[in-house]
Amino acid sequence: MNAIWIALFGAVCFVMGYRFYSKFIAERIYRLDADFQTPAHTYRDGVDYVPTNKWILWGHHFTSVAGAAPIVGPAIAIYWGWLPAILWVVLGTVFAAGVHDFGAVVLSNRHKGHSIGTLANKLIGQRAKLLFLFIILILVLMVNAVFAWVIAKLFITFPASVLSVFIQIPLAVWIGYRVYRHSGSMLLPSVIALAVMYGAALLASEIPLLQIDLVSWFGGAEAPVVGGFNGTSMAFLVWIVVLMTYVYIASTLPVWKLLQPRDYINSHQLVVGLALLYLGLLFGAPEMTAPSVNGEADISWYPLLFITIACGAISGFHGLVASGTTSKQLDKETDARMVGYGGALGEGMLAMIAIIAVGTLFASGTDFTATYSSFSAAGSNGLGSFVKGAGQLAGNLGIPEHMGSTLVAVIVVSFAATTLDTAVRLMRYIIAELGNEYGMPVIARKHVATSIAVIASAALVILPEGPNGFGSGGYLLWPLFGTSNQLLAGITLMLVSVWLKRQGRPVVFTLVPMLFLLVMTLWAMGQQVIFTWSGFGDADRNLLLFTFGSLIMVFTLWILLEASRSFRQGDPAAQQQPLSSDESR
Amino acid sequence: MSHADDDGSVIALWRSRLRRAIQGYDAVLSLPHRREIARELQDEEDLFMLLCFCDMMGIPNPVSDMTLELYPHMLERFHEWHQRQGMPRSPLDGFRCC
Repeated sequence: MNAIWIALFGAVCFVMGYRFYSKFIAERIYRLDADFQTPAHTYRDGVDYVPTNKWILWGHHFTSVAGAAPIVGPAIAIYWGWLPAILWVVLGTVFAAGVHDFGAVVLSNRHKGHSIGTLANKLIGQRAKLLFLFIILILVLMVNAVFAWVIAKLFITFPASVLSVFIQIPLAVWIGYRVYRHSGSMLLPSVIALAVMYGAALLASEIPLLQIDLVSWFGGAEAPVVGGFNGTSMAFLVWIVVLMTYVYIASTLPVWKLLQPRDYINSHQLVVGLALLYLGLLFGAPEMTAPSVNGEADISWYPLLFITIACGAISGFHGLVASGTTSKQLDKETDARMVGYGGALGEGMLAMIAIIAVGTLFASGTDFTATYSSFSAAGSNGLGSFVKGAGQLAGNLGIPEHMGSTLVAVIVVSFAATTLDTAVRLMRYIIAELGNEYGMPVIARKHVATSIAVIASAALVILPEGPNGFGSGGYLLWPLFGTSNQLLAGITLMLVSVWLKRQGRPVVFTLVPMLFLLVMTLWAMGQQVIFTWSGFGDADRNLLLFTFGSLIMVFTLWILLEASRSFRQGDPAAQQQPLSSDESR
Repeated sequence: MSHADDDGSVIALWRSRLRRAIQGYDAVLSLPHRREIARELQDEEDLFMLLCFCDMMGIPNPVSDMTLELYPHMLERFHEWHQRQGMPRSPLDGFRCC
């Protein structure tokens, strides 16, 4: 089948979903009120609470939530064939992610712009807030480990991308100083920085001397280096140490010095990446060569598909962004539909093109089966396949394929690095908050909290051992990341449902996706924790993953019990101080 | 009207549309940056405010003679500051801004 038809099918579903379903949800369920005074007006402070034009806010929300995750997940999940992956992305976005992101914005907007964690405290209770904090801590730990693995793997597979990514650091510092000291717009300097980066990437893809290829520096992939490490393992270790040192420095510096200008440059890359891929699709009109359904899969698609594709179908991380920053900037409550639901659709478009890039890469179905021979092979090769597939799509625009692949590798590494920076910083704040909560002010200090975050993340990415030895087990964390992300989304939908029930409104439209998500996620997690990681039967025991998986399951079941009590009886505290719909009027 | 005028107005129209599109794009990307810069400036403002008013809060201020001269100029900023600190009315008896 021609890939354009698939993109068209997805686009039509998204337009219909926005036009009809989100309208229905906005009018009948969330009952948006254009006259409601939003927190951005009530608490206007020029910093967090600022009324913002809905188009600008949509763009900001979309660039905040879009990253490497909606690329990595679909690139792995195509293992079961492109049809299940596309259907989950399209239906998940329209019926779950849209309602979830939209709901998180509305819920927070109706409660003074509070974050989901604070709302868990208000709607369910203090214990729920602490459990929620622990689940977020585990999620960001997974994010750090997974994205450090993604970057190290891309640096090893596409060494021409390294120079460009490292050139970005001094360029970002230059822009930060320029703008902070002399004010002015970042637009032109960041476009120049981007041109320098892409120039370096294109040069490096042509000149081997500019490629920082650690594996060949260590004498080849299988060459013994030191302590039983081969070339690939050693290169992996070096990249993880470099990355963790970088994130330590980046997350302790004032944000204007490095992170903000870097994010600004990377936001251009999202636009460049999407344009490159969709135009390449339009001009090339390639055929999907991957099978629509993989009948030879060694593991069933359900329930694993629903945790392999998290971002791109539905993601709890979006709820954190929606309630953390977006809701504080809504000019009118009715803008929530475009910003929340529309943001989810943008993420769905990114996931869809990731599936198409991998699905059109191979010359035949046999080639696909050779690369995606098992679920673990899909985990290991998925990302590389996306980069090559995207390079092939870019080739339809006249860019040589190897250059296209290098550019796409730079874009994906930049996305992953932005997420890594933010997640380490977020983890630092959570550790500090937990330190204050439990009377341990020492760990609340900046450098102590950052050290804990960085060391824990480095350990988590290095420890799991995959089939190819040290450093090859990073993909094993992907299902855990997907699970914690989906559980967070389930909890957010639950909070929206509790609020809707207290308002006397229908809850079925949030409750059904929530139940689906929680059942699938807990099923997948239970299956892995009990039957795989515990060493049950013939399975290889993995104590690290077993511990993390068990912790996530226990926390989630606990928070669910708290929520169901609150859902059935109504929270006593809340009954004493009813959370009316016009709380922030 | 000549063709040249038509062409000129069409070009001007597209130029203004392009300028607005670039401004919108810049606004999208600058939003988080603006927030962080505003937060840092606000922290500096709070510190400055504390230095100016520290004697009213029981902290000796060796340069109060000089900071006293700033008070008339700071009335509005002081009002914004105490509201930001969660105090709807002025906390200082000698400084009634509201």
